[in-house]
Amino acid sequence: MADDPTSQEPTGRSEPAVRFENATARLGGRDIWSHVDLAIESGTFVAVLGPNGSGKSTLIKAVLGVLPLASGRVEVLGRPPGEAGGDIGYLPQRRSFDPSIRVRGVDVVRLGADGDKWGIPLPWGAARRARDARVDEVIDLVGAGAYAGRPIGEVSGGEQQRLLIAQALVRNPRLLLLDEPLDSLDLPNQGAVAALIADISREFGITVLIVAHDVNPIASALDGVVYVARGRAVSGSPEEVITSETLSDLYGTPIEVLTTSDGRRVVVGQPDASSHHAGPHGPHSAHDHGPRGLG
Amino acid sequence: MTPSLLHTVSLAGPTLDPVDDVRRMLALHFMVNAFRAGAVAAVLGAVIGWFMVLRRQSFVGHTLAVVSFPGAAAAIWLGVSATAGYFAGSIAAALVIALVPRTPAGRAGSQESAVIGTVQAFALASGALFVSLYGGFLDSVTGLLFGSFLGVSDDQVVALVAVAGVVLVVMAALARPLFFATVDRDVATARGVPERALSVVFLLVLGCTAAEVSQITGALLVFALLVMPAAAAQQLTARPVLGLCLSVGLGLAVVWSALGVAFYSTWPVGFFVSTFGFAVYLAAAGVRLAVGRGVRPTRRGATAPIPGVATA
Repeated sequence: MADDPTSQEPTGRSEPAVRFENATARLGGRDIWSHVDLAIESGTFVAVLGPNGSGKSTLIKAVLGVLPLASGRVEVLGRPPGEAGGDIGYLPQRRSFDPSIRVRGVDVVRLGADGDKWGIPLPWGAARRARDARVDEVIDLVGAGAYAGRPIGEVSGGEQQRLLIAQALVRNPRLLLLDEPLDSLDLPNQGAVAALIADISREFGITVLIVAHDVNPIASALDGVVYVARGRAVSGSPEEVITSETLSDLYGTPIEVLTTSDGRRVVVGQPDASSHHAGPHGPHSAHDHGPRGLG
Repeated sequence: MTPSLLHTVSLAGPTLDPVDDVRRMLALHFMVNAFRAGAVAAVLGAVIGWFMVLRRQSFVGHTLAVVSFPGAAAAIWLGVSATAGYFAGSIAAALVIALVPRTPAGRAGSQESAVIGTVQAFALASGALFVSLYGGFLDSVTGLLFGSFLGVSDDQVVALVAVAGVVLVVMAALARPLFFATVDRDVATARGVPERALSVVFLLVLGCTAAEVSQITGALLVFALLVMPAAAAQQLTARPVLGLCLSVGLGLAVVWSALGVAFYSTWPVGFFVSTFGFAVYLAAAGVRLAVGRGVRPTRRGATAPIPGVATA
């Protein structure tokens, strides 16, 4: 990634990492959002906010190229979506690993490195050594060394999330797509994981697009916000979006934004900040408080 | 090979010299073929079973094996080779199950298991019909359901080796993306792994394996070679490569020792394969329990449980 000149443009003049032009996404005959125009600058840390079911994950899937647009276009790192491959690190919405699954954290990270390749890898050779070194490096980076050798179903939610971030990082991506990485973590872990993501974004100049339920843990690190609501998606700076007026309008319920003594914004009265509703958001909800809480 | 030969041999009984016992056993061509066929089934069952257990598809695997019974029964009734019948039944069922639309989120939705159960019941009933149409020797039904190692011909061994070879080559090519799609479907899909196609191919591979293993253990006891070694290996290690090797080793040990004991016993071979497999699994679970008790580290405060569960 460091060799690639486009990844380290220091100013906002570089080509945007992600650009939507008049994009419309349709699922099951219903427009999720339509006529979306946005640009996400390279190297920025951007939150995707919006009520449940507004199409935040759909936005991420459109960037990944997993969900084709009904109309309009998306450009990802200067290419059509789906062609940026290893330059994108992806952390899907909460995956609950079965507590009894007998696969180690380090294996999950390795799959991120070369799991999509066919055939059996030779257990020796330079490529294998380079991969193993990179896997160790990212595991150290996220601080997961102590438990990477244990079955992933046995480690806590915060530890799983760190391993999954390592998996997303293992190929040196230029763009990280994180779908609710803080969901169902406890408060100290939300803060720690948010800080880790922000540090990684700054240190390596990686563009981060993070879907968030609760903006508070990441508020201080944000460079921009994309908000998705009522069939539209708009981007703005945190100062513009994280205000009582905009958020109240966005969520359709009164929300207050307070400023702390050190200048941080705190969102109060945000719906769903601490609870999860089952229902239209699929079977994942049922697992949110599942048996993962081993520790 | 007729049962009377087995009884003649068995009546001779084991001596106190195990080397001599093995030599006497291997002097008989049908026993050599039984060991060959058993080894092929054990290796294939252990490898495919490892993925099956990881994918939580044991129910599918069982059904594919059960369906080999009507396949084989129909083949005998029609006067075709039973081996061909085993494979035809299992592969046809694998294709049917592959056509079942899945729920978007899970790989084994309730609809899938309902369809599988339906297929299984119908298959067993069809098997009973074919046996009765044939005129039904009780011995052959027992053999189809609970296993038999008599009368494995050279041609059958060749067929088993050929199918196993193809399946293992396919698995070698698919292993990594399949493992990825199994453990972490969403990320694998985002990385371009054709998850849907892989699961269809795996079903076919599983069908071939179930048919192959059924020919040794019988249609109802396939799990002895398809689940037990793999499940025991996964108890013992979470490392994928080591787990696969362990699974193969345990499968071979189980099937060869079972054949050896069954040769000197009048009890059916399926009983010994299953019992030894069960013993291996129990031992492995015991080892894990013992090791887990001693080694599991206490958790640090930083990794407190998720809210909603913790503070009761």
